[in-house]
Amino acid sequence: MIEAVGLSKRFGTTLAVDDLTFTVRPGVVTGFLGPNGSGKSTTMRMLLGLDAPTAGRATVNGRPYVEHSAPMCEVGALLEARAIHTGRSARNHLLALAATNGVGRRRVNEVIGMVGLDTVASKRAGGFSLGMGQRLGIATALLGDPATLILDEPVNGLDPEGILWIRNLLKSLAAEGRTVFVSSHLMSEMAVTASHLVVIGQGRLIADSSVADLTAQASRDVVLVRTERAAELRGLLSQDGVGITASDVDRLIITGLSSTAVGQVAADAGIALIELTPQQASLEEAFMEITKDAVEFNAVVGSDR
Amino acid sequence: MTTMTVAAAGRHSGREGVSLPRVINSEWIKFRSLRSSWIAFAAALVAAIGLGILFSAVRAHNFGNIQHATGPNGQSIPASVIRQGFDPTLVSLRGLFLAQLAVGVLGVLMITGEYGTGMIRATLTSVPTRRPVLFAKCIVFGLFTFVISTAASLIAFLGGQAALHSDDLGVSLSSPGALRAVIGGGLFLMIVGLLGLGCGFAIRNTGGAIATLFGLILVLPLLAQAFPQSWQNHLDQYLPLSAGSQLITTYHESGDLHPLSGGLVFAAYAVVSLVIGAIVLARRDA
Repeated sequence: MIEAVGLSKRFGTTLAVDDLTFTVRPGVVTGFLGPNGSGKSTTMRMLLGLDAPTAGRATVNGRPYVEHSAPMCEVGALLEARAIHTGRSARNHLLALAATNGVGRRRVNEVIGMVGLDTVASKRAGGFSLGMGQRLGIATALLGDPATLILDEPVNGLDPEGILWIRNLLKSLAAEGRTVFVSSHLMSEMAVTASHLVVIGQGRLIADSSVADLTAQASRDVVLVRTERAAELRGLLSQDGVGITASDVDRLIITGLSSTAVGQVAADAGIALIELTPQQASLEEAFMEITKDAVEFNAVVGSDR
Repeated sequence: MTTMTVAAAGRHSGREGVSLPRVINSEWIKFRSLRSSWIAFAAALVAAIGLGILFSAVRAHNFGNIQHATGPNGQSIPASVIRQGFDPTLVSLRGLFLAQLAVGVLGVLMITGEYGTGMIRATLTSVPTRRPVLFAKCIVFGLFTFVISTAASLIAFLGGQAALHSDDLGVSLSSPGALRAVIGGGLFLMIVGLLGLGCGFAIRNTGGAIATLFGLILVLPLLAQAFPQSWQNHLDQYLPLSAGSQLITTYHESGDLHPLSGGLVFAAYAVVSLVIGAIVLARRDA
């Protein structure tokens, strides 16, 4: 369980995180989404006591992170930038960190096996690929067998096999009743991993809801209709607030009316429909839709200078 | 939240938890698992012992020539005059002044290496109260440096005195001040290392911390020369190098502090740097 209340962080004149309030519950994977530079990492660092909030407070498993006597056994953390000394072997890195909280050597070997680094555990971490570094970071997070996991961009730099591995790992950790809070700037990734989402943009909370609700909320009423009497139906549906475009002779795309309403009008007029499909916005579109005002760096594609 | 989720959350034995001995153990694992630690100490040992014996041998050779020298009027110069101000102990320990570079840099790297690589975030996430990390580094690095440096100091002394002995210039460990100077050599390097550690904690950047450390030790005496002579005489004895040097000399000039007070003044620099480092560690975002 993670709770943030009125969390804010100011760097000079920039308000990186602005009055964030949210709760992350155990048992499901919660995605933490936002465009680059929206304050995700800063928020996670505040949850872990690395950055002091300018205002507000954050608790993990009921207490501020700093107040846990065995923090690694309460919360496992993976931070975006690599947090590994390049000159040390993976095993010694884990042994040193495990020692601080009294976690034993057996658990160190266990997590090395869990992330599949057995063969390179004695090699210097400086020679690791990005993917191996991420695996070592995840091993670090799992050391204390924590009830809560805070992972910043865990799929970064992983190959497809690694991404699949992370997805399954996160889901199984959540299924065990743990709190799993995962940040990403990739909606598509969260769509297949997370079931709840906290979305921020420019440091402010934009949405805190389930993936299903978010998709429904963001998808406007768009209905695709196919009928041989397209022109006739078009005439019947025309009214204020309804947009109709013909994409083909027998195809209409209708905005502003639900599929129920469109079907009713057609039935009343005795018009046979070949197809009637409500168009779901993809999660990606939903994300773009709700964050479009909050993107810090808007690129103009294909614009002339 | 259901009861199932609570039950599933972790399987802690209850024996886990952060404590100073555990953080010390962690820092010891970190210290010995880096190649740079061993390279720096090997360099320090070579510098302290090698130069100590070399300088002693050169001095013994030169002294042998001077002893048969004559004054401008052809009279022979008494050996007691030539020996005045000659500190055989310091001659054999002079290599420590080179060894301080290796130990000082390693002291800085003990912490700036963590900031540079991002390791510090893992360290402070595992020990969020932060201060035990500083204490543990001081204990691990300070003790290790003291033991190794005292051994180096002793070997340099014994080797150097053996070289000087051929001309009957050498002293033994039982001579006045000799044992104190040998242990002082270990303390000197330990304090340099801890001063470096403090600078590292306060500044976080390797280059900046090394510049500060050796600015304090080596450049400060040069800057002090800008003051009038009468001020310099007072000021100089309190500068880190002059004060710290009293730990390893047995021959004291009038303007010098006594070994104990010199050592304390030198240690005070390290303490101040570590206090500043502790404040920065606790207050600043990592």
